[in-house]
Amino acid sequence: MKKILMCGNEAIAEAAIIAGCRFYAGYPITPQNELPSYMSKRMPEVGGIFIQSESEISAINMVFGASLTGIRAMTSSSSPGISLKQEGISYLAACELPAVIVNIMRGGPGLGNIAPSQSDYFQATKGGGHGDYHTIVIAPASLQEMADLTILSFDLADKYRTPVMILGDGILGQMMAPVEFKSLKPKVESFGKKDWILDGCKGRKPRIIRSLLLAEGELERLNLKLQKKYNEIKDKEQRCEVLYGDDSEIMLVAYGTSSRISRSVIERLRKTGKKIGMLRPISLWPFPEKELKRVAKRAKAFLVIEMSCGQMIEDVKLAIDCARPVYFYGRTGGEIPSEEEIIKTIEDKTRS
Amino acid sequence: MDKIFKKPESIRDVGTHYCPGCGHGIVHRIICEVVDELDIRENLIGIAPVGCAVIAYDYWDFDVTEAAHGRVPAVATGIKRVRPDKIVFGYQGDGDLAAIGTAEIIHAANRGENITIIFVNNTVYGMTGGQMAPTTLLKQKTATTPSGREQKTHGFPLKVCELLSVLPGVVHSERVSVHNPQNVLKAKKAIKKAFENQIKNLGFSIVEVLSPCPTYLGLTPQDAVKWVGEEMAKEYPIGIYKGAA
Amino acid sequence: MGGRGDGKGIPHRYIQRCSVKEEIIFAGFGGQGIMLMGKALAYAAMNNGRHVTWMPSYGAEVRGGTAHSMVIISDEIIASPVVKEPTICVVMNRPSLQKFETRVKKGGFLIVNKSLIDIDAARNDIDILNIPATNMASELNSLKSANMIILGALLAKRSIVSLESLIDALKDALSVSNYNMIPINEKAIRKGFEYGSR
Repeated sequence: MKKILMCGNEAIAEAAIIAGCRFYAGYPITPQNELPSYMSKRMPEVGGIFIQSESEISAINMVFGASLTGIRAMTSSSSPGISLKQEGISYLAACELPAVIVNIMRGGPGLGNIAPSQSDYFQATKGGGHGDYHTIVIAPASLQEMADLTILSFDLADKYRTPVMILGDGILGQMMAPVEFKSLKPKVESFGKKDWILDGCKGRKPRIIRSLLLAEGELERLNLKLQKKYNEIKDKEQRCEVLYGDDSEIMLVAYGTSSRISRSVIERLRKTGKKIGMLRPISLWPFPEKELKRVAKRAKAFLVIEMSCGQMIEDVKLAIDCARPVYFYGRTGGEIPSEEEIIKTIEDKTRS
Repeated sequence: MDKIFKKPESIRDVGTHYCPGCGHGIVHRIICEVVDELDIRENLIGIAPVGCAVIAYDYWDFDVTEAAHGRVPAVATGIKRVRPDKIVFGYQGDGDLAAIGTAEIIHAANRGENITIIFVNNTVYGMTGGQMAPTTLLKQKTATTPSGREQKTHGFPLKVCELLSVLPGVVHSERVSVHNPQNVLKAKKAIKKAFENQIKNLGFSIVEVLSPCPTYLGLTPQDAVKWVGEEMAKEYPIGIYKGAA
Repeated sequence: MGGRGDGKGIPHRYIQRCSVKEEIIFAGFGGQGIMLMGKALAYAAMNNGRHVTWMPSYGAEVRGGTAHSMVIISDEIIASPVVKEPTICVVMNRPSLQKFETRVKKGGFLIVNKSLIDIDAARNDIDILNIPATNMASELNSLKSANMIILGALLAKRSIVSLESLIDALKDALSVSNYNMIPINEKAIRKGFEYGSR
């Protein structure tokens, strides 16, 4: 199969089908509308289920219901809609139900605008809803990654029985670029292997899926169990790409669309002899702190580029224990940092 | 001596946390009797609400999941669409169904989801301490309507069966009561019908059960059932709003 | 076409060419095939082994008089698909000219659909091609093909891909149900190419 041009929203949808996702519920919101449209056409072709729900709240709860039957299920939205889904994501985490949630971020707060943004980083990586939990957060930066990492997200969701968020932005969702599906295949074989699903208690004891734990110590035990799982995820699932990690004195840190612009900046400055590189987190939670610590041994300073007022920068500082100066450049409200602005920031920071 | 009255197989042999005179226990029991009679226990998935009945799974001996507050119909939709071969029912109180979950119930009903909803209306929020429900009667005193519910500030009692009966997706909308044995038997018949509709793939069924909450009505259990039969049934007439008897 | 291979059956590394980076905006009103122009060109460039991105204007903006798509074609990985200063800009109607003329990069190239734009572009630091594309399309009895006429003319002036690879790419850019449009579109592309080559 040759490469095809597809927009990011469609690439995620097609990859989800390849991953074995057979349930999608969602509510329209720009800039992710191509995803539900694609699903509405594709799901019936593969015997799956598509529902346009009455709200984002309903969609995430439909996913909750679908997931507890053992099927691979997903929903998608953009920032304001993801806020509405947070209650459901907390319940999924508490009940240890796998699901994939796509957030194609737009400018906020409030209704904001429909331009691309990265201002939901805190919400995505720090919990989002109520309670002591985390979702795995995966941040693609290219169309091919939109596809590849969707497969990974479903695998991780099943492997750890936890909700996984794919965090993109309006540019990644809308832009078309070549993508190839040929070699894509889920690695975690989950069908028929889930021994916790609800399907009627024939031949076994009845099962209960719940998150209300009133008995003394019961909820703490659940939380400690979840933490153990999260620590395992932190240990095994940190992902990132390092560009010129061996000789760079200045390391940019950026994900998604801002990493694309940063990459361009690096190639330009490398031609002038500047020792500059980038660490691009692919998993935002768990944050790739091991690799950051490693590159911090050589790098003299870090510059974090975000399409927000500075959210991921906190995790960079934490990861390297503030052992190096960490600078920031970002644009907010749906604006995108330009290569020139980033270069100027680098010049300013390295001069002083 | 022969035992002629015994617990249904689908109900666990435990005491409940419900207050003396509460109607939930009766509704639980008649659901479980129906489940036994239709022989669907091993093919059943129940959904417990948020509210007094949140731990219904401690009493029901079949597969059960909790849902977030008001989201029972959405969770039921997700389950039933994936597993149309399973029997899926939701159990909801007046806050869960008629306040926070109004959007979910109307749209599940309007889509004609092939599910069964048992809606327990006792006119107050029990679990949080007796606050006003959307179904609280006018002039009724609650923790948040100390001088009685006034239409001007709190609107009218919400008529769920009447409201849903106009939707084409609904095949069965019926209001019953458990304030005396005769009505308990009628309630059981309605609930059985609502499950049979699902087994026959007919679509969405809802049975609203008027139920006493002596604790927050501030009445004795005897007076509470009397109040349900006299005052509450006046505002919420018992009967079939949609579907054949 | 400067002896450039079109890439068909030839591994990417054997194609000789100079380094390319074009940032293109196609603008017009809905129904003029603005999105298709960008897609066809992007597919042709992709089939030639180049990096491409295509980005639509989306949301409420689509209904604001102009629709536009942005295409970047490059030999290097493309950072952002958003085009701020196009090296090539196609305007199919008057509001698009007014919106994008000033944004064209100095030394860049502006193509104006003269049939539907009764004012002149004012810049003198860019190349401008005025082409009566809609009139030419009506001569072909295919008003909708004005977009393809312009694409042909564009290739005559800026050889981003070969004429043949653009025509081949129509199969990729159109859905199968619109394959019956391929012959007329090919005709239009060639007609535009001739005009541009004059």
